[in-house]
Order: sequence, then structure tokens, then C-alpha cells
Amino acid sequence: MFQILSIKGTINFLRHAVPVSILSLVLVIASLTSLATKGINWGLDFTGGTVVELEFSSRADLEALRAELTSEETQGVVIQNFGSSRDVITRLPVKEGVKSDTQVEHVMEAAIKLDPQVIQKRVEMVGPQIGKELAEQGGLAVLVALICILIYVSFRFEWRLAVGSVAALAHDVIITLGVFSLFQLDFDLTVLAGVLTVVGYSLNDTIVVFDRIRENFLKIRKGEPEEIVNKSITQTMSRTVITTGTTLVVVIALFLKGGTMIHGFATALLMGIFVGTFSSIYVASFLAIKLGINREHMMPVEIEKEGADQDALSH
Amino acid sequence: MLNKYPMWKNFMVAIVIMVGSFYAIPNLFGEDYAVQVVATRGVEVTVATQSMVNDALASKNITVKRSELENGQLLVRVNDGDQQLVAKDIIAEVLGDKYTVALNLAAATPEWLESMGGSPMKLGLDLRGGVHFLMEVKMGEAVRKMTESKMADFRTDLRGERIRYAGIRDSAKGIEIKFRDAENLAKAERFLKSRGNDMIFSDVSSGENYFLIANLSENYLKQVKEEALQQNITTIRNRVNELGVAEPVVQRQGAERIIVQLPGVQDTARAKKILGATASIEFRMVDEKADAAAIASGRISANSQIYDRRQGGKVALYKEVMLSGTHIQGAQPSFDEYSRPQVSINLDSKGGSIFSNVTKDNIGNPMATLFIEYKDNGEKNPDGSVKLEKIEEVISVATIQARLGRNFVITGLDHAEAQNLALLLRAGALIAPVVIVEERTIGPSLGAENIQNGVQAMIWGMAVVLMFMLVYYRGFGLIANLALTANLVMVVGVMSMIPGAVLTLPGIAGMVLTVGMAVDGNVLIYERIREELRNGRSVQQAIHEGYGNAFSTIADANITTFMTALILFAVGTGAVKGFAVTLMIGIATSMFTSIVGTRSIVNAVWGGKRVKKLSI
Repeated sequence: MFQILSIKGTINFLRHAVPVSILSLVLVIASLTSLATKGINWGLDFTGGTVVELEFSSRADLEALRAELTSEETQGVVIQNFGSSRDVITRLPVKEGVKSDTQVEHVMEAAIKLDPQVIQKRVEMVGPQIGKELAEQGGLAVLVALICILIYVSFRFEWRLAVGSVAALAHDVIITLGVFSLFQLDFDLTVLAGVLTVVGYSLNDTIVVFDRIRENFLKIRKGEPEEIVNKSITQTMSRTVITTGTTLVVVIALFLKGGTMIHGFATALLMGIFVGTFSSIYVASFLAIKLGINREHMMPVEIEKEGADQDALSH
Repeated sequence: MLNKYPMWKNFMVAIVIMVGSFYAIPNLFGEDYAVQVVATRGVEVTVATQSMVNDALASKNITVKRSELENGQLLVRVNDGDQQLVAKDIIAEVLGDKYTVALNLAAATPEWLESMGGSPMKLGLDLRGGVHFLMEVKMGEAVRKMTESKMADFRTDLRGERIRYAGIRDSAKGIEIKFRDAENLAKAERFLKSRGNDMIFSDVSSGENYFLIANLSENYLKQVKEEALQQNITTIRNRVNELGVAEPVVQRQGAERIIVQLPGVQDTARAKKILGATASIEFRMVDEKADAAAIASGRISANSQIYDRRQGGKVALYKEVMLSGTHIQGAQPSFDEYSRPQVSINLDSKGGSIFSNVTKDNIGNPMATLFIEYKDNGEKNPDGSVKLEKIEEVISVATIQARLGRNFVITGLDHAEAQNLALLLRAGALIAPVVIVEERTIGPSLGAENIQNGVQAMIWGMAVVLMFMLVYYRGFGLIANLALTANLVMVVGVMSMIPGAVLTLPGIAGMVLTVGMAVDGNVLIYERIREELRNGRSVQQAIHEGYGNAFSTIADANITTFMTALILFAVGTGAVKGFAVTLMIGIATSMFTSIVGTRSIVNAVWGGKRVKKLSI
């Protein structure tokens, strides 16, 4: 048997719980601070506006393109390389009294002036109203997901564990968003999909640990909750490492090979997988212990026999 | 005996995997060059059309690979791109302009496979290029039109009942009907209320002012909006057909939005113009009592309104609409005997009878054709929505010479206008204007690039995962790898089978992610088996326990992921929905292959025998 982790005995994960939780808390606070001060760099999907992606026949001169786009209609344009030095993306904000078609025309005129062989690869225009609705829907989706999970886990496990898992999820979502806010990465619809996937993935991890905790509480009659939790985490550790590893591998493949259009998605997943693995141990389980989880909470509910509480007629 | 599957279970696994793989097969065949023929209004594509096309192509030495007639459209497959272009010209020439002939790419699934329901996955616009529009119907306009028609009804009805009113006008509170005395008001209220509950009336008289306010009832308002949306969808569908696009999508979204997807379309400017154009016409009688002086001073009857004439000058028209564009069934541009452009119009039977009555009663009177168009002038409302400018113009005034029937002509346009008007009228008028609130255009090269990127990510990710599993778990790793491969094939199979499922770029990402996460089931099981072995269980016991104990964990973990995917599906749009679909399918198939599928192989290899050591 060849093993990555050869664990003898039980690792005392929870010994580090306090300092690690403090670190977690610091990260969450830092993320919230960044979200509050810098905000999220909402992508086109949420703010509305126009995006034109161009492919030049040779290295694109961004400065020259910028210099060409000084008209009223194209004010506030953001020009960036996208993937390669030949690919350029231009973002134009929604402007009062300006049609998006006019903006696109201006961009194309300028680009053709610099390079007659330029190709228009993609044009996206989103009205501001749509963007606002999407942002609201997106936030609602994350909220609904968390509530559904809270209900499911309470029902399948126990409320203390449910609170732990939801706290872990909120932790993951906040930190992922925090990273997007801190580095001002573009937050578009695919990133939102990524964040929701993080919710699903991170929960996956948490559930595996919880499942083992429940099993061990039932199997091991003696022992402090902490010992049992430590044991459970240790037992599931090699699985966690392997699954996280394989998922990371494919997400890295997506990040490197999947093309620029799903970069944001892959970034959100990469972040989420890291913090998600970590939070299933230090946030979810630790919180459940702090909430006083013990063996009795895990006992299957005994179904009262009908009439058991009534005196039988004796002859 | 432990770890022995009953025959039926093995059989079931085999069947499921075979069916999944079978429906994945069509994806291997690629696409054929094809020409698509769709009938426009008034004609039909029939077997006769088909044989006509086939004969014409045969006479020009073009080999038809396959010719299919389905859902009223003809699809002719040819061998290569050059023949496709030639074939399109030949077909267009043979059939004339009543048909739309367009280039298309058709799935090259063999007939026998197709007859068993096999078809490849449908690719989203981000993978094959095309345009996506999200259009919003300006409901205010539909409501305004309805209000106007109600006002006209009130006038004729009250007059018909000989109830005297002092005036009817549209106010902020609703339709305001003014009376001179309470008696007439009471009579009118009783009469109007007796005619259904489309409207709600309230008496707002104060002192000597007798007013009745009428508002569209809540239900009726909803109905008006619903009808406006449906009518617009039908109209847009007709217009999309006029564009000759293969496999277009026209779908409602919510209460006032419409999604239009046109795969392969590159000329977005033309597409936009045709789809969003809200030109329509109305026929109204000219108010002859309003002479030039009255028009100049603006002092005309409350029932009339002043309009500009295209040829210059102004004219007063009665507000009552004799006939609106909705009854127009066909419209062709043509020329009169002086070779002036005109549009020949034919009406549907209801329109025909309305029109023949109107013209019979008005012989000798002038009637005007009012052209109405909504233009997006770039301005926005305070809430960010697009503001539309309404342009109304009288394009012709003609004296009714005789009673007109279902066919007649409109003159007074230039050539291009006649062409455009004919196209728009043919495709039906939009009952309320639409604006494009979202547009996404993906070039075909970017689409191909997206597929290539996705497939590469998949190959790299999958290769590493397969290698790892094989090295780490050896024999069992090989089984997990078989399951993983079967899983991928099944995802493709199921995606191909479900009619509404569309593969998008995030969808490919979902598949890649499934590859990474699908091993989780097997890792959980195998780690458990190892653990049981370490705890000193026998080989058979360890396998049994491993699969047994891991099951509820896998189920719980996957159900929760499935839930989030479902929420994504519910709130997501387009590409994100595509991701959610592949993720959900991936979760379902991976649970099956990793639990039941691998178990069946494990049992076949190790089950029910004396085994000393497992290859795990």
C-alpha cells in the first residue's frame, strides 16, 4: 500500500484551533473591510456597458488605440490585453444619450485605422437594468443556497453541525469575494457560478468530516468530543488531500488551458478549494464543538412505541 | 456470499453504460454542409418542393448526400463547402422569393442512429458563434394603445346609446369622461358597467363638475400585457424566419422579456434592424372639417389630431383607428403603371370585413395611411432603461373610390421604404415596441477557440487524474479510471439525449470539474477499504464495509452539491445554466459509476473468492 499520508495515531488538529480560528477571523475581517472600502469590481454582466474583444494581426499598440478613442461616446473606455499581446479587450461604460452601437462603431473605426486586418471577436452589451437585476438575483442565489443547506444539514445531521457548516461556507464565500475585491479582479457571471460551486465543493468536504464525526460518536462510547473530532478529521485526512488534489489539478488545467473567458471562474474555484478544505476542519468542526456538540446529539431519535406511555389494562 | 452481485445488477450496469455510450456516439460524426429551405408566408415546403430541388441539383451535377423534409423545412446535405454555395444559388433560383434559402451546418449523424433518437450535443452560442439578444417589450405602449381603443369605444358607444357627454380624455388618473349633469353620468355609468369588467369606473364628481374615471382592471391589464408579449414573440419568430437562420431560438423570459438567439449570424446590424423594428401602419379617416387655418391655429375637434405628412404639410386625422397593421397577412413591394413604388397588401378575413365595411361607408372621403415607428435615439430614462422616440407620419392620403376588399395597395413611398415596409408588414407588426437590453455576439473563430481550450483543459486534467489514480490505487485505481471514463461518456450521452440541454464553455468547465470531483466517490470508498484492512478485517469484509460505509457519505456530499447546482440553474442565465446542467448530470452519473459501476467490476474480479491481498 503506497500512501501519501501515513498517519499513525490521531493528529490533534484542534490544538491549533484557537490560533487558526483567529487567523480565519482576521481573513474574514480583512475581506469584509476590503469589500466595504474597495468594493467588488463588478464585471459587465452586473454593471451594464459594452465590451468589444478584438484580435489584431500583430502586436496591438494599446496606447495608440487609447489615443484614438477620445470622442465623447468612448470616454471612460478601459483597454487591456486579453490573453495574448494581439488580443485586446475594450470596456465601455453605459453613457447617457449614447447608443452602444455607436460606441462599438467608434472602437472598430479606431482599430481598423491601426490595423486593417483586425478581427472583431466578441461584442457584448448589457443594459444597466439587467445588470442590477442580475446582481440582486446572484446575491439571492447565494443566500438561498446557504439556507437550503442549513435546512438539509439540520435535517440529516444536527443543528450544531448545520450552523458549523453554514458558518464555514459563509467564511469561504466571504474570503473568496475578499480576494476578488482586494485584487480588483473582474467579477462576472461565471465568477458567481464559481462562487456557488465553491459553496457546493466546500460543503462536500465538510459533510465528509461530519459524517465521520457522527459515526465515531456512535461507535466510540467514551471520549471527549474533541478527541472524537480529531480522530474523525485524521481518518478522513487522506481522502481530503487526494480529492482536493485531483480537483485542484483539473482547476489548474482550466486556469492554464481553458482560455481567458473562464479565467475568473477558475480563479474563484482555486481560491475556494483552498479555503474550503481548511474551513471544513477549523471553522465547521471547531464551531460545532464550541456549540457543545456531544454524543447525545448524535443518537438516532427513538421512536416511541404507540401506547408505550400508557398503562396497559391488566387482567 | 459477500461481494457477489446478482446477475440482474451486473446486467443493469451494463445496460445503463451501453445506452449512455450509444447516445454519445453521434458526437463523433461531425457536421455536414447543408442548405436549408424555409417557407415564408403563404407557401409551404412540401414533397413537391423537395423533388423540385432535388431535380434541379441533379441537373447541375450536384450530388445530394441526403435530403430531409421535417417540420415544414427542407434540409439538403451536400459534400463540401464549395458545392454548398453553388447548391444554395441553384435552389434560391428554382424556388423564387417565397422561400428563405440559407446555408447551414447539419449534424452528420447516420440515419439509423438518428432514427433511434441519436443526435449530438447542441452547442451554445459561445462555442459556435452567433448573436444573443435579450429584448424588452415596452408594455407602457401596449397599455396606451388599449386605452386609446377603449376611449374610441366609449365615444361610439355613448353616442350610440344617446348618452350625452361633454368630453373624453386620457388623464393621469385614467380615462376621464366629463358630463354636464348627474343624470347622464348615472346613465353612462350603469350602461358602461353592464358591459363586462374589463374596466373599473369611479365617480369623482365634485360640485358642478361631473366626472367618471375609467381604469383598466388589474386582470385585464395583465391580460393585455400577456397578449402583447405573445403577439410580439410570434412576430419576432416570423421575422427571424425571414432572416433565414438555422435553428434560431425565440423564447419568453419572465413577464416582459424575449430571448432571441441566432447561431452563426454575423451581420448583427441587419438582424437588429429587422428584429427590433416596430414600424406599423394604421388607417384613419381624414378630418375634413379641419381646414388649413384650423390646423395652423391648432383649433380642431377633440376627436382629431394633427400629423405631419411625409410629402410636407400637415393633416388632421380622426383618432379612431379604422384598421391596424395586425390584420395584415401579406405585403409585397411592387410598382404601379407609372413605375412608382407601392406596397400591395392583403388582409386576413377579419381585417378584410372590417376594411370593406369602413370603405363602403366612406366612399368619396379621404383616408390616410399613418406610418408609426419607434426609434432608439440613444437617450435613457432615469432608471437606465432605453427611451424610445415615437415617430408618426402620414405616408399617403387617398380618396376611397370604391369599396375595398382584402387586397389593395399603399402608395407614396420611395423604393427602399416600400421594400422595408413590405418586409415588416409581412412579418407582422409588433403590438408594442421592443428594445434590445442585452446583446452578445461571439465570432465563429472565438467559438472554435473556446472549444479547443475547453477540450485541452479536459485532456490535461483528466490525464493527470487518471495517472495518479492508477499509481496510487493500482488495480482499484484502474477500475476507478474505467468508471471515470464511463462517467465522461455518459455525461456526453445524457447531454445529447436531453432535448433542451446545451453545451456551453462553462459547461465544458463543468465537465472538467466533474472529472476532478468524480474521483471523490471512489477515493472515499478505497480509503475506507484501506482503513478496514488496516484494522485487520478480511479482504471480503473490507470491500463490503468500504462500499457500505462510504455510501451515505457520498450521497450526503453529492446531494448538497446537487442542491447548489440546482439553485445555479434556477437563477443563472445562458452559459451559467449550461454549467449547472452539466454539473448536475455529472453528479448523477458519477454517483452511479463510482458506486454501482466499480462495485460490479470489483465483485466480478475479487468477490466470492479467497483473496489474500488486494491491489489497492
